[in-house]
Amino acid sequence: MQWGNVIIQGVLIGGLYAMFAAGLSLIFGVMRLVNIAHGDLIVLAAYVALMVRQALGIDPLTSLILVTPIMAAIGYALQRGLLNRTLGDDLLPPLLVTFGLSVIIQNGLLELFTADSRRLQAGAIEIQTFQVAEGLWIGVLPFIQFAVAVIVIAALQSLFYRTPLGRAFRATSDDQAVAQLMGLDTRHVFAMAMALSLAVIAIAGVFLAVRANFDPAIGPARLIFGFEAVIIGGLGNMWGTLAGGIILGVSQAIGAQIDPGWQLLAGHIVFLAILAVRPQGLFPKVSG
Amino acid sequence: MSRVQHATRSSQIGVALIAVALVVLALAPFWAERATLRLLAEIFTFVALASLWNLLAGYAGLVSVGQQAFVGLGGYFLFALVVLLDAHPVAAIFIAGPVGALVAVPVAALVFRLRGAYFAIGTWVVAEVFRLLASQVSVLGGGSGISLPAGAVIAMAASRQMREFEIYWLALALTALVLAAMVALLRSRHGLALTAIRDNELAAQSNGIDVWRIKFVVYVLTAFGTTMIGALIFLTKLRISPETAFSVNDWTAFVIFITVIGGIGRIEGPIIGTIVFFVLRQALADLGSFYMLMMGVVAIVVMLWAPKGLWGLIAERFGWQALPLQRHLLLAPRDSGAKL
Amino acid sequence: MPDPLLEVRGIDVFYGDFQALFGVLLCVNAGEVVTVIGANGAGKSTLLKSIAGLMPLGRGDILFDGARISAAAAFDVVKRGIALVPEGRRLFPSLTVEENLLIGGQSRRPGPWTLKRVYELFPVLAERRRLPAPALSGGQQQMAAIARALMSNPRLLLCDEISLGLAPIVVRDIYERLPAIVAEGLSLIVVEQDIAQALKAARQVYCLQEGRIALQGQAGELTRESISAAYFGV
Repeated sequence: MQWGNVIIQGVLIGGLYAMFAAGLSLIFGVMRLVNIAHGDLIVLAAYVALMVRQALGIDPLTSLILVTPIMAAIGYALQRGLLNRTLGDDLLPPLLVTFGLSVIIQNGLLELFTADSRRLQAGAIEIQTFQVAEGLWIGVLPFIQFAVAVIVIAALQSLFYRTPLGRAFRATSDDQAVAQLMGLDTRHVFAMAMALSLAVIAIAGVFLAVRANFDPAIGPARLIFGFEAVIIGGLGNMWGTLAGGIILGVSQAIGAQIDPGWQLLAGHIVFLAILAVRPQGLFPKVSG
Repeated sequence: MSRVQHATRSSQIGVALIAVALVVLALAPFWAERATLRLLAEIFTFVALASLWNLLAGYAGLVSVGQQAFVGLGGYFLFALVVLLDAHPVAAIFIAGPVGALVAVPVAALVFRLRGAYFAIGTWVVAEVFRLLASQVSVLGGGSGISLPAGAVIAMAASRQMREFEIYWLALALTALVLAAMVALLRSRHGLALTAIRDNELAAQSNGIDVWRIKFVVYVLTAFGTTMIGALIFLTKLRISPETAFSVNDWTAFVIFITVIGGIGRIEGPIIGTIVFFVLRQALADLGSFYMLMMGVVAIVVMLWAPKGLWGLIAERFGWQALPLQRHLLLAPRDSGAKL
Repeated sequence: MPDPLLEVRGIDVFYGDFQALFGVLLCVNAGEVVTVIGANGAGKSTLLKSIAGLMPLGRGDILFDGARISAAAAFDVVKRGIALVPEGRRLFPSLTVEENLLIGGQSRRPGPWTLKRVYELFPVLAERRRLPAPALSGGQQQMAAIARALMSNPRLLLCDEISLGLAPIVVRDIYERLPAIVAEGLSLIVVEQDIAQALKAARQVYCLQEGRIALQGQAGELTRESISAAYFGV
């Protein structure tokens, strides 16, 4: 059942893409900011995990305990120190500043770590599989990553709709001035949103580092995958983003099966097709 | 009769200086060294690319991080015509323009469905698609690329020196054409609409300006120019590969930094920005990726604290303009008898 | 005489180059209801926004409970005990009615106003607590906006044109609940174009005309003529 395994692999990597996308759409939802450096921050997280591993020798999944708060702190500082200044009606500053940030991160990583390809070893779990049906196998690690992605998205939904912080996010996104009248320091709210986004990025980055070779230049591609997952799935809907990620992953897997050079192209073509035919995405949030 | 006057004292000086500069530059093959000629040609192409990006982002409000799609398209089109059809390289450059415009039409139809920063990333995706498609075309070298055949190179001119002069003059001519076309556009009625869009898009729309159509036209025209410049660039390089043709760093990052530092939304900005950029490059060339890092920092600093760029600072301070683009209404004298 | 709860000392407020308020002086004593009336564009909303910390002062000072709040940010001002019911209600559309109230209580000070108490005052809100805020009628939204402001347990409540766009019977219904709010120890500044309601509810009257205080006095003592003259500037 060749195709069956191909589809399964596509679905599982779709979970990773959905995690790339979750951080991106969270920020857009709260402050209408699209972070062009998003993909590079994922790569930064991978390198942070690398450094933690080299310093402490712990396995990648455990290192998340350190990497996540580190990235969250970076996110808070980044928003509070830099990105809050770009928010406003003009579209150019946030776009160009995050673009500049992307260049800075890429070249900074290049200076510190060189262009060498790295990988984070996770041990035996990397090659373990389990069988679900006749001829159908699922990798343990990809499965764990998918499960974590689902948990992360569920946690984000829960946070947004059931907690005071989530209320603060939604209120600030609706009306900044009135949110201040509620006693919310919007600078802090935005910084918390970015910290949360970077926490999700941390998880995505560690999974990326274990799953594939990484180097300073692969950031933009991750941004694009996340972006495509958001657009395919539909803006404003986290579960739609998961669906978008899965569709993207499956498209890429099918493309790769036809011809290895067609992997990325297949994903882009599906994205462009959906953009052409149903630009609001497959599962957009209905209300305005 | 009342009329609109574009020139100011500073712009008259500016135009005179530019005319002098053009003459001097046109004669450069006779006074400059080979290396200087190459550098000047490179400067011209970046002025052209940055000016085109400025038209798109600074005036029409379309921030594209995917213009490398058209640079690479121009390069590959040139190589395709030369390698497959034995065409003359210079002719290929001029055919590349309309081809770029034609390709831009369906691309715009797609990416215009996205807004703001999502539009930007969308243009990036399109560039990636072009790059991946180029890697699939094996007659043009596939993933590793191809060199320009010797026969085509010789077809341009007999001696290497004449070829380099030709490329230099082409670069100068194309850049001057791009700038002249931009000035003409901005002085026209459509240019007035564009400037209105630049200043306040919502207000422009409520004044009856068809914003969508103007943006579409600007996108296609920019693609026209960018594709031609792309063809010229790769004629100069004599070799093309998907990575170099569609490089975000070379054709978008540098262009954005140049325009931001020089001044977005003013035609003089990219010119100033390119000069600053190349001065910095000569000074810091050995530092490699640290240099790119510094450019990123400078761009961020400028964007936050001097959003109108260097030219913006100077022009606001002194009220200058180098090219006659402002509009002053000169009212007719009272006794002309004209009734409103 | 105890010090006033709120003192606005000769404030000038600007929108860019345009001056909206000229040396406005105003006092609110504890437990008092003050009304500020004036035509459209007179500067009433600007005054409330300046007190609430949404607008910076060009000149002058604002003292609350003896402390200077002139430079305080809006999120700080509400923590000190001043809550604004903004013009046009401005409930959060992405939140339900109850969530709007809860977020009003984000910076709650100690006091009697809880979700339960607020639902007692406005029972119609309790019935609709799980609906998204935009699903409410204009009058219900106004009640929700007032309730949301109460949730922070302010000492001073600023009401910006609560009658705007509402039918007279609805307006009366809302105004009938104000005494219950005052009874709990709140002071009120009520900004209104609807003079009749405002004069019934308030003790102190200020009339703003083109950014300046044109008239000030006790509600019972001012004549119709003097109010008209101040309101319209004739």
